[in-house]
Amino acid sequence: MLEIKNIHVYYGAIHAIKGITITVNDGELVSLVGANGAGKTTILHTISGLLRATSGEILLDGKNLQNVPANTIINMGLAHVPEGRHIFSRMTVEENLRMGAYIISDVKRISDSMERVYHHFPRLKERARQLGGTLSGGEQQMLATGRALMTDPKILLMDEPSMGLSPILVNEIFTIIEQLHNSGITILLVEQNAKKALAVADRAYVLETGKISMQGSAKELAEDDRVRKAYLGA
Amino acid sequence: MSTFLQTLFVGLRLGSIYALVALGYTMVYGIIRLINFAHGDFIMVGGYTMIFTIPVMISLGLPGWVSVLLAILVCALVGMSTELIAYRPVRKKGTSMTALITAIAVSLLLENLAQAIPQIGPNPKVASKIFAAGGVRIADVTLDWTTMLTIFISIVVMVVLYQFTQKTKIGRAMRCVSEDKSASILMGINVNRTIVTTFAIGSGLAAIAALMYIAQYPKVYTTMGSMLGLKAFVAAVLGGIGIIPGAMLGGFVIGLVESFTTSYVSSSMADAFVFLILIIVLIIKPAGILGKNMGEKV
Ligand SMILES: Nc1ncnc2c1ncn2[C@@H]1O[C@H](COP(=O)(O)OP(=O)(O)OP(=O)(O)O)[C@@H](O)[C@H]1O
Ligand SMILES: [Mg+2]
Repeated sequence: MLEIKNIHVYYGAIHAIKGITITVNDGELVSLVGANGAGKTTILHTISGLLRATSGEILLDGKNLQNVPANTIINMGLAHVPEGRHIFSRMTVEENLRMGAYIISDVKRISDSMERVYHHFPRLKERARQLGGTLSGGEQQMLATGRALMTDPKILLMDEPSMGLSPILVNEIFTIIEQLHNSGITILLVEQNAKKALAVADRAYVLETGKISMQGSAKELAEDDRVRKAYLGA
Repeated sequence: MSTFLQTLFVGLRLGSIYALVALGYTMVYGIIRLINFAHGDFIMVGGYTMIFTIPVMISLGLPGWVSVLLAILVCALVGMSTELIAYRPVRKKGTSMTALITAIAVSLLLENLAQAIPQIGPNPKVASKIFAAGGVRIADVTLDWTTMLTIFISIVVMVVLYQFTQKTKIGRAMRCVSEDKSASILMGINVNRTIVTTFAIGSGLAAIAALMYIAQYPKVYTTMGSMLGLKAFVAAVLGGIGIIPGAMLGGFVIGLVESFTTSYVSSSMADAFVFLILIIVLIIKPAGILGKNMGEKV
């Protein structure tokens, strides 16, 4: 479904991504783990077109994304839950979800999607009229995820969904990620919580300062000594 | 009592004009964080468009105010071109300081370009009467049509604009882009197009303000937008820059302060009071009357 082939990304003179190849197959949940500043967010931004790779290719269902305007990538079935949620704080929960369906004009489809999201996240329904900025961190994460689901995407990019959440909420978010995965959505998950990320994933990549240092099935990686030392606190 | 009522209506009339112009500043600031110094000059562009087209309308048997539609169109085009030709390229490459200097340059350019056009020249032009003379007497004050229409039209325009930003797809996109550009892109919003649309709307409002202004003070000259623009900018800051209801409120506050100072203190103090109010409000509430710093949770 998603093929990233040997991409290089720069911030001015800073060489942030140094030749990375990642594949996410149909229906897979792939985790990308790595320390702060390893380049995880940069990779997701490059997939979504918010940043551009200077070389290499990104293919979605075989179609090259390099020249697709960033705001039209969502039309190809890719949705992105950004790091730090980036919900619209001055809009209500319902308006935020409506913005998630911005590219859809069929009113019926929008209301169906909204019901589906409310079904996943009943707490959002209770707070439909509340401003996004007044939600708790966990609720904001649910809103950001729900918003990305409004277009019924084939593939979901999630950037540190558990960041800053209490342990109970972390569990809740990971349960939701598993549910989404089971419902057939392909997911590329970026996480610093490597333990959880490896527990839910099919496969995983370990990123170190702009390069992939290890990859394999999530189970194998979770048992690997180097991974355990560096990321699992063992 | 009659002085009070008269002063109140004059203040509301002035405030209506300030509010419409302030909306243009605030919408553009909201979406690209730029103080569009050229915005005041869009009023002048609208003013001249009407000066030249009102006689045409009248010769066609139409009322003179119809030319405001042309003025809206011309102002919208000038606003959009300013964004496309001047601001967008600078935004891509430069800092916010370069953008600000570009805005000042566009303002000077418009004023001087206008003067260079032989049909315009350096001397003010007098506009013909726009709204019918006369009015209605309420208690012991006469309310002229110009005042009533000015207040009425501006309130209608503001209500429509507010509903537009709340209820329509483009309006919502404008609010999203104002708040978070990268998240807007992820939603599928064409950010550049949304910014251009904002310029078109803000500049169109300046044309409506120009109509009301020349209905009251029927004189058009190349720098007519400077002081008016400055006060409207003060109104936008006073209400909370970037906030649409703030611009409306700020506009009316400035209009009322100006007319009450003129009536009860002295006309030469009016501008001083306007800026005094601004300073006091900014000391008490730096983000403006309706401005608030809503913390984003991490
Ligand atoms: N806008 C930017 N300008 C310059 N350098 C940047 C910019 N954004 C990120 N970087 C650098 O690129 C590298 C990768 O950053 P990135 O945000 O992708 O890391 P990350 O793996 O997502 O980290 P975290 O886990 O903290 O979110 C870092 O060294 C960072 O300092
Ligand atoms: Mg990151």
